[in-house]
Amino acid sequence: MPNSHPFPSSPLARYLLQIADDQLVMGHRNSEWTGLGPILEEDIAFSSVAQDQVGHALAFYEYLQAECGADDPDQTAFNRPENQMLCNGLVEQPIGDYAFSLVRHWCYDHAVRLRYESLSGIENKTLQSIAVKLQGEVKYHTFHADTWMKSLLQGSEESRLRMISAIKEVWPLALGVFESWVGEENLSTEMGPNGQAWYPGEAALRLQWQEQAFQSLQAWGVDVDQWALSKLEPVLGGRQGFHTEHLAPLLEEMTAVFRLDPQAEW
Amino acid sequence: MPILSLDPRVNRLQAEQVPAEQGPVLAPGDHWPSYQVFHQRRRGEKHSSVGIVHAPSSEMAMALAKEQYGRRGETSNLWVVCSADVLEMDYADEDVFRTTPSKSYRDPAGYKVNDKIDAYKAKNQG
Repeated sequence: MPNSHPFPSSPLARYLLQIADDQLVMGHRNSEWTGLGPILEEDIAFSSVAQDQVGHALAFYEYLQAECGADDPDQTAFNRPENQMLCNGLVEQPIGDYAFSLVRHWCYDHAVRLRYESLSGIENKTLQSIAVKLQGEVKYHTFHADTWMKSLLQGSEESRLRMISAIKEVWPLALGVFESWVGEENLSTEMGPNGQAWYPGEAALRLQWQEQAFQSLQAWGVDVDQWALSKLEPVLGGRQGFHTEHLAPLLEEMTAVFRLDPQAEW
Repeated sequence: MPILSLDPRVNRLQAEQVPAEQGPVLAPGDHWPSYQVFHQRRRGEKHSSVGIVHAPSSEMAMALAKEQYGRRGETSNLWVVCSADVLEMDYADEDVFRTTPSKSYRDPAGYKVNDKIDAYKAKNQG
């Protein structure tokens, strides 16, 4: 990384790095289910979602290299210390049981959907087309997650209770996806081609996300008031480089092969 | 004895080795039904049978079929149909087709028109 370009060099670069780090770590976590999924078809589908997510991380790391002075994607992904990673606490958590991983997948991909919808309104043509292209995959991710959430919340009493317990566990972490970050206000005043701000800011995204999530949960028979979901406090820190204890071992495992020879051409 | 594996994910599960005879016993109803998947490459073309997925509902079958059959190659649409809803002929009745190969008089190949076409061409070119 040249010193003349401290990275991330702008609020936009920082925002994209957050998205990319989220996708990289989420994709890595979800890939831990490969070969262990509950049934063959679901193993393939969930592994494919994980692959998509790593692909999304790559798309943004490549943009950051081309336009924002970042190092090449392998270096950016695998060669930064933990305190420079900007992912949130939700994606860092171990996979837990399938209920936990499904609820996280549902919460996370709906948040990504809202982010890409917003990003597709940006003036920058390259980023606009990246956002539009990736939206198709996220549409499938949310369809897949919705189908499982609905099935298990409306399945047996056991499946319903296990999903509700996972929802309560995931919620504070999911709220932390929308942690405010340094430079956020600069980005939220930037206009898109239609003369409107394309990025509403984290607090507005969180409200939008939670409102839609509550609507779905209620349609699937979950009393969100009974579980006091709206009173839960977010888990924060990731966007400032402070991470849960689960990120360090994940990075250790994820970068093990890369560190054998950091300059290798893959 | 926990299962030891070269895969760190398997070790993290700390799963005990269970002899097959002590494993879970599945009742027939514990299995998900199969759904036939039909794949369409481009709009306007026909949907072709490509295989099955197992799923508890047609919606889930679609969610799983998308990655099973729409992940590689061009795809514009998928159908899923519960296999139980497909009316299948009994193989014991296969004899209804027995004389089919000998009915060559039903093939359009039986009509000899090339002579007439050649004659027409010769006349009109000349």
